[in-house]
Amino acid sequence: MTALDFTARARTSLRDSQLRRNIAKATSTIRAKTARVAGELPDWEALRDAGQAIKRQTMAELDRHLVALEASVTAAGGVVHWARDAAEARTIIVGLARQYQAGSVIKIKSMTTDEVELNPALSAAGITPYETDLADMIVQMAKEKPSHLLVPAIHKNRAEIRDLFLRELDPAAIPGGRLDADPSSLAKAARAHLRAKFLSTKVAISGANFAIAETGSVVIVESEGNGRMCLTLPDVLISIMGVEKVLPKWEHLEVFLQLLPRSATGERMNPYTSVWTGNRAAEARAGDGPQVFHLVLLDNGRSKILADEVTRDTLNCIRCSRCLNVCPVYERAGGHAYDSMYQGPIGAIVTPQLRGFEEAGSLPFASTLCGACQEACPVRIPIPNILTHLRAKVVAEKRQGLGALNGENLAMQAAKAMFDHPTLLAMALAAGRIGQAPLVRDGRVTHLPPPLSGWSLSRDFPALPPESFRDWWAKREPRS
Amino acid sequence: MNARDAILANIRSALAGSTPPVLPPFAYRRAGEMTGEELRARFLDRLADYNVHIVRLRNEAEIPAALADRLAANGATRYVAPADLPSAWRPAGVEALEEVDGAPLSHAQLEATPSVVTGCALAVAETGTVVLDAGSHQGRRALTLLPDHHVCVVFEHQLVETIPEALQNLIGAVRDGRPLTFFSGPSATADIEFDRVVGVHGPRRLDVLFVQGD
Ligand code: SF4
Repeated sequence: MTALDFTARARTSLRDSQLRRNIAKATSTIRAKTARVAGELPDWEALRDAGQAIKRQTMAELDRHLVALEASVTAAGGVVHWARDAAEARTIIVGLARQYQAGSVIKIKSMTTDEVELNPALSAAGITPYETDLADMIVQMAKEKPSHLLVPAIHKNRAEIRDLFLRELDPAAIPGGRLDADPSSLAKAARAHLRAKFLSTKVAISGANFAIAETGSVVIVESEGNGRMCLTLPDVLISIMGVEKVLPKWEHLEVFLQLLPRSATGERMNPYTSVWTGNRAAEARAGDGPQVFHLVLLDNGRSKILADEVTRDTLNCIRCSRCLNVCPVYERAGGHAYDSMYQGPIGAIVTPQLRGFEEAGSLPFASTLCGACQEACPVRIPIPNILTHLRAKVVAEKRQGLGALNGENLAMQAAKAMFDHPTLLAMALAAGRIGQAPLVRDGRVTHLPPPLSGWSLSRDFPALPPESFRDWWAKREPRS
Repeated sequence: MNARDAILANIRSALAGSTPPVLPPFAYRRAGEMTGEELRARFLDRLADYNVHIVRLRNEAEIPAALADRLAANGATRYVAPADLPSAWRPAGVEALEEVDGAPLSHAQLEATPSVVTGCALAVAETGTVVLDAGSHQGRRALTLLPDHHVCVVFEHQLVETIPEALQNLIGAVRDGRPLTFFSGPSATADIEFDRVVGVHGPRRLDVLFVQGD
């Protein structure tokens, strides 16, 4: 089941030329911008070193920092919850939303809530979740899946979004029912559509970019101002973060507030960054933000990632999405091929570790190991290294389980037998040259017969030459 | 075992046997080097990149006239003012909707007022960023969020060059539990084809009155 998933999904996306054009256009724009603003800082490489070192050190003592965060958030009037897995996170958040009698909630920075599949659980409890990030809203309205960490609707172009908005937005948000397809008009319509919700909804649910153990502060980095709306206007704020988002000290933030915007949207600084500490703002001044603040700390497989020293660096990710934007496989296969809210190179290492190899074991193979991701990553995560490490683990797991019967594995075993026995190899090659005739098209073999078919599902082969190197070597004129 | 203890136990066993790396000394810049006109020019240049309307003033006395001008240019006959907005800044003849402490204005009132005028905590030249820390002349966060036009007064002495300097200056506010809002240009999005376009949920127009001199 596993080995073919990415390939099968990628094949679908590859056939969609509109999708490929949309993605190629967006990623080439952003590549140019990030390269320019990163290159502009004389100490960019030193910032990357610092980012990597801080993250590594944080992970190495994660328990201590989480306990400190719990204490500082609690001291600032927040309530801390711990969730071992997705189900526990859903129970906590749905329970809180019920407790505050929310008929609907507004959401910002929803990747972690996507990971725990919160929206269906809220809906099942009769609570309507409204995504407020423009791209998340687009994906929610189109009933699709996110295709990019940062710009989840990257697969859609302006004309497609215009058509969607004409169908789905509150008609009052589109005066006269006419909407141009330029991004400013679309943004304006989204503003009008969401205004009323911001002003009337009592409970907000957010993710988090960073949380500072030293001060108990949580940080959200955003563009549109929907974050500020969600963090400021409602009475109750519930934030959920993976345990790896903690930073030990306030001063560490100075590194990440430089690395993140320049790597993410290619800006010197994103339009808005909010920092809040428990419910202290509302206590100090009536009406300044939610009176009640809940913080949910989510494990959901992260402690397992921590246990393997090679994969541990996976947790250092600040979700900037730069590795996606430079990845040749992502650019061609598109985000949906990764079947996850985490796509591209980081998705190829995170998803199989979070969801298991049975479900997502094909992802570590969705890479050419060209190394562009590691080169671009602001915290220098050695993604190719982690990919090959995971590949080895996937293969080992398959060899043990029922998965041993899958095509690629059998092909590998057949190949191993041949390479181990030179005579067998010579015989196979001779047989191949004769046997391949019906399979060759334009000098390439695209479908091998079983047991080799698993291998050729995702690869073409050059046809075997009329004479093998070995035969040629044996027959060549002896030199004197 | 409850969830908290289970997660911490899992993390501890995952980390057992590995030694935490030592943090190396950092080589990035923690302070800037620019002063005077170079620093001013850098800040204004970076602001201009975000489509911010900039007015350079020679001293505080020029603020009321500049404010009157900017409010008129945006068609605003009223503006929201934090209670402690200095009277020396306020333009004559334009109505200020003032928020008195303890009696917050309603969201509907804020929403219905076209402009807001505030000061700031500090500004960062390298990134064109202005920071609010709920301190003097700023009010609570909703004031600068709901009106569509924000005029922010920035004094030259509030300028630092780099992000690390800004955060070092803000630690006191954070320790006091005060919320921070960093803004770099007006509200924007890059969610459609990675094009930055101005104007989603926050104020769509941002003016900075930059007052030179200490
Ligand atoms: S792996 Fe690195 S480049 Fe990719 S999203 Fe994470 S931090 Fe960014």
